[in-house]
Amino acid sequence: MATDGIAVFSRDVTKVFGRGETQVHALRGIDLKIRLGELTMLVGPSGSGKTTLLSVITGLLDATSGELVVLGQRPAELSQEELILFRRKNLGFVFQQYNLIPALTAVENVAVSLLAGGVKRRQAVARGEEFLEILGVAYRAHALPSELSGGEQQRVALARALIHEPRLIVGDEPTSALDGRTGHAVMELLRATAVRPDRAVIIVTHDARIFDFADQIAHMDDGRIVSLEENQKNGALTNVFATASAAS
Amino acid sequence: MNFVALKMLVSDRAKYFSLIFAIAFASFLLANQISIFIGIMARPSSQVQDVVDADIWVMDPQTLYDGEVYSLRDYDLYRVRSVPGVEWAVPLYKGLGRAKAPDGKFRTVILLGVNDATLVGAPRKMLLGSIYDLDRPDAAIIDNAGFQYFFPGEPLQVGKTLEMNERRVLIVGISDASAPFQSFPVLHTRYSQALGFVGRERNLLSFVLAKPAAGMTVAEVCRRIEAATGLKARSTAEFSWDAFLFYIRNTGIPVNFGITVMIALIVGTVIPGQTFYIFTVENLKQFGALKAIGVTNRRIVGMILLQAIVVGGTGYALGMGITAAFFARTVNYLPTRGIVFPWQVMAGIAVVVLFVVGLASLISIRRVLVLEPAVVFRG
Repeated sequence: MATDGIAVFSRDVTKVFGRGETQVHALRGIDLKIRLGELTMLVGPSGSGKTTLLSVITGLLDATSGELVVLGQRPAELSQEELILFRRKNLGFVFQQYNLIPALTAVENVAVSLLAGGVKRRQAVARGEEFLEILGVAYRAHALPSELSGGEQQRVALARALIHEPRLIVGDEPTSALDGRTGHAVMELLRATAVRPDRAVIIVTHDARIFDFADQIAHMDDGRIVSLEENQKNGALTNVFATASAAS
Repeated sequence: MNFVALKMLVSDRAKYFSLIFAIAFASFLLANQISIFIGIMARPSSQVQDVVDADIWVMDPQTLYDGEVYSLRDYDLYRVRSVPGVEWAVPLYKGLGRAKAPDGKFRTVILLGVNDATLVGAPRKMLLGSIYDLDRPDAAIIDNAGFQYFFPGEPLQVGKTLEMNERRVLIVGISDASAPFQSFPVLHTRYSQALGFVGRERNLLSFVLAKPAAGMTVAEVCRRIEAATGLKARSTAEFSWDAFLFYIRNTGIPVNFGITVMIALIVGTVIPGQTFYIFTVENLKQFGALKAIGVTNRRIVGMILLQAIVVGGTGYALGMGITAAFFARTVNYLPTRGIVFPWQVMAGIAVVVLFVVGLASLISIRRVLVLEPAVVFRG
């Protein structure tokens, strides 16, 4: 299908957990387009389905039904092995709790993404140092995660997400464990380094303080996108989509 | 990714060392107890094993093992010699006597009377003197442990005397006889001499030792002897095995050692297994992140197996080192002489450790393989 300029396309995507009486409808017909070169935020209350949607987009969970195309690929049609390779090549992750490996130094953590792809350790570490330099934490390259502040850890995690030049970066509450100032700084950095014409960024967040960084904001509730706003160049958010399905 | 696996393994020093020491301790306990068990269970047949000249032991049909003997009649020796296929046959006395040192100290001793003419059955490992000195009047060869008991603190020397059945026993040699099960001193003397050292019984022919003729197998000659004489004929290996089985069936030794070995096996499996499992579970989030990033399951399995091999290998090596040091220390100690650390035990423990870490890895691997990488999105 034509995916020009579109990183993620979803039509009527659903995700159901469990069976029978214990069934939970985590996603109820998601229609969404995420464009390359933009930063999209998924926002909404806890349990609204943001993280589930992110997991489905990244192939960590299978959609129950609907059509989903990510970077021109349909995850549902890929084998597990192909899905892993697809993630390794095309996706970069930034997690809420950073998920750095405590035993590895900052630069080794960054290098992990390349090591997973079979790059030699020396090359991967050298590249990791470059990225830490770009993100302004080169001076902490040989520190363990436990020796880093929250902001530093998130920068290292960001370097890990970017080092293999993925086309889709996903972040799960990347600022929720940080204070306002540090969170703002991390988002500035994310915006500056991650958003490129050939790449899309999706952030799941509760943090209203960072909404200004978004090009598009999808508001979710009860497994649905209840409104979609686009950030105008002047910073004002315009509601371009409001679904009546929330009420149905 | 191997260095990532190794760094994850060693970063928590306390857990890493507890894993290694658990495996080392279990390996040591297993190796130690099994080796001691084998060493002790080899002792009942030590006098049989020490006879290297003859291949066949002929005895009363109801004999269970060499420790309890019902004497044959003297003419049984000639009956055995007359069996076709028997190259030669000689008498052997084996019994218990009481020996007394000049200072009044006495002990029950194992007395072996070997053929006067050929000295078949005489000890082959001599520390002092020669078996040919058994030709001298009242001569006997005593084992090292027996000499140490009767003459503590004295250097090994010949010419010492003991008293048995109110007769003088002249020590003409010190042997390195294998340790018997009951730790009694072992005395070798001539067959004719042995009769004087013990109280007179009507029959004293404990065994007939025989050798098959050239071209004849031991099994075939044993069969012929049994058919011709009605006596029981066993090869040295079979007779040794009889003694081993007798002690297995009639003593609590295998049960006691078996319990210890089982405990070692359970402790050795459960502790490292559980620790390794907990170690993996605690790292689940990291493994989840790696899976999300795009590390394949095969790669993660490889990482866990590498961690298991390093832990298992290091723990095993340490355990074997401790065991070797233990036996190096005790091998020259008289009560534990002959109890060594067989390479077969070392190899067997390697298999056990491989099994333990393999099992622990499998359980851990299963947890990682079924792990949804989406777990990384849960704060």
